[in-house]
Amino acid sequence: MPLNITQRTVSEELRQKIKEISGEDVSKCYQCGTCSGSCPMNTHAKVLPRQTMALAQLGQEEALLACDMPWICAACHMCVVRCPRGIDIARVMEALRQIKLRQNIDQIELSNLQPEEIADLPQIAMVSGFRKLTS
Amino acid sequence: MKISYYPGCTLKTKAKNLEVSALACLDTLGVEYEELPRWNCCGAVYSLADDDLIHIIAPVRDLIRAKERGSDTVFTLCSMCYNTLARANELMKNDEEKRKTINDFMDEEPDYAGEVRVVHLLDFLRDDYGWDKLKEKVKIPLGGLKVAPYYGCTLLRPKDVALDRFDKPQLFQKLMETLGAEVIEFPSATTCCGAYQVLGNPDAALDISRDILSDAVNHGAEAMAMVCPLCDYNLGHRQGAMLNKYDDAKELPIYYVTQLMAIALGVDPGECHFELNRDSSLKLLQEKKLTA
Repeated sequence: MPLNITQRTVSEELRQKIKEISGEDVSKCYQCGTCSGSCPMNTHAKVLPRQTMALAQLGQEEALLACDMPWICAACHMCVVRCPRGIDIARVMEALRQIKLRQNIDQIELSNLQPEEIADLPQIAMVSGFRKLTS
Repeated sequence: MKISYYPGCTLKTKAKNLEVSALACLDTLGVEYEELPRWNCCGAVYSLADDDLIHIIAPVRDLIRAKERGSDTVFTLCSMCYNTLARANELMKNDEEKRKTINDFMDEEPDYAGEVRVVHLLDFLRDDYGWDKLKEKVKIPLGGLKVAPYYGCTLLRPKDVALDRFDKPQLFQKLMETLGAEVIEFPSATTCCGAYQVLGNPDAALDISRDILSDAVNHGAEAMAMVCPLCDYNLGHRQGAMLNKYDDAKELPIYYVTQLMAIALGVDPGECHFELNRDSSLKLLQEKKLTA
């Protein structure tokens, strides 16, 4: 998808917000793609970690907040330990999740969970899933 | 050394096979510990947002409970609990500003500054108990059992709480060797099973779990050992769904490492609660004549 990038489409506010929440400087990323290659979900996400980082660098608010990567990320930290620039990409993903969750936009609808699913799932799955995917 | 045991939310119910077998092993090994009389859920995942300290409170409370009991060490069996407690502990040790905020906020609790050491059963066995001593206690070596040790994520990442080298861990292999098993190394041993994405993206989690199992099978594994109740759910419990979905999926018996250790140490197999595993787990051990 081509993006029209001008000074007007770059959200400095969003870049600041990501930095504030994650403590990470996305401008350090040199787009090597090690994160995308390391991601266990890389065949399931439409926008990979490297592309997500590029959109963050460019402050592309609309495209970034539409990215599926933060929502398919399992916070496994493989990209974090392998990033040659030492960026904690899991924290960047968390920031992107938080920006949406703090507007009360949930990724999963709890009331859709069926009673048999609830009975079957271990507590650890629900606690961690709710923590990451709901506000 | 006084050791506290922190169970965590899943170990009293769905992962009773992990808790009961592990504690039976520790009793057999003569390790003295005390289960924390009061504890709360650790939150399962460590908060990665810099401005979110409220989610650090729960694990810190648990650490304070251990300190209150006069313990210098707290151990966990679940790898997600390990990660959450260990990371919260590192924060309280190293980040003066956040430590102060958290301590001030919890004015009903004594101050905490990371005084308790957080360990997982695996590094406890390596560093505190020792492989040689463990080897002496093995009564039924798991000879001929080709086991792939699966680490998952949270025991090895991030680096500041890693139990071993994240890129080339040896700890789990060493434990299986000590128990007499034939260790099968496979590249996906540290790949994530999808974790909580079983809620958000269940199909993707099933896919990557299937890949991990296939990788182990293709490297010659006839069984897999792991330590996390969420890995057990994704890799073990959901094998039924995998067998339905993928034509090439194969059943692979999954164990908590503590169940295999219990068998090797000659603990009563009833303590392993194999009824909580898929049927293939007990069946394989019976075929190998490792248990009745």
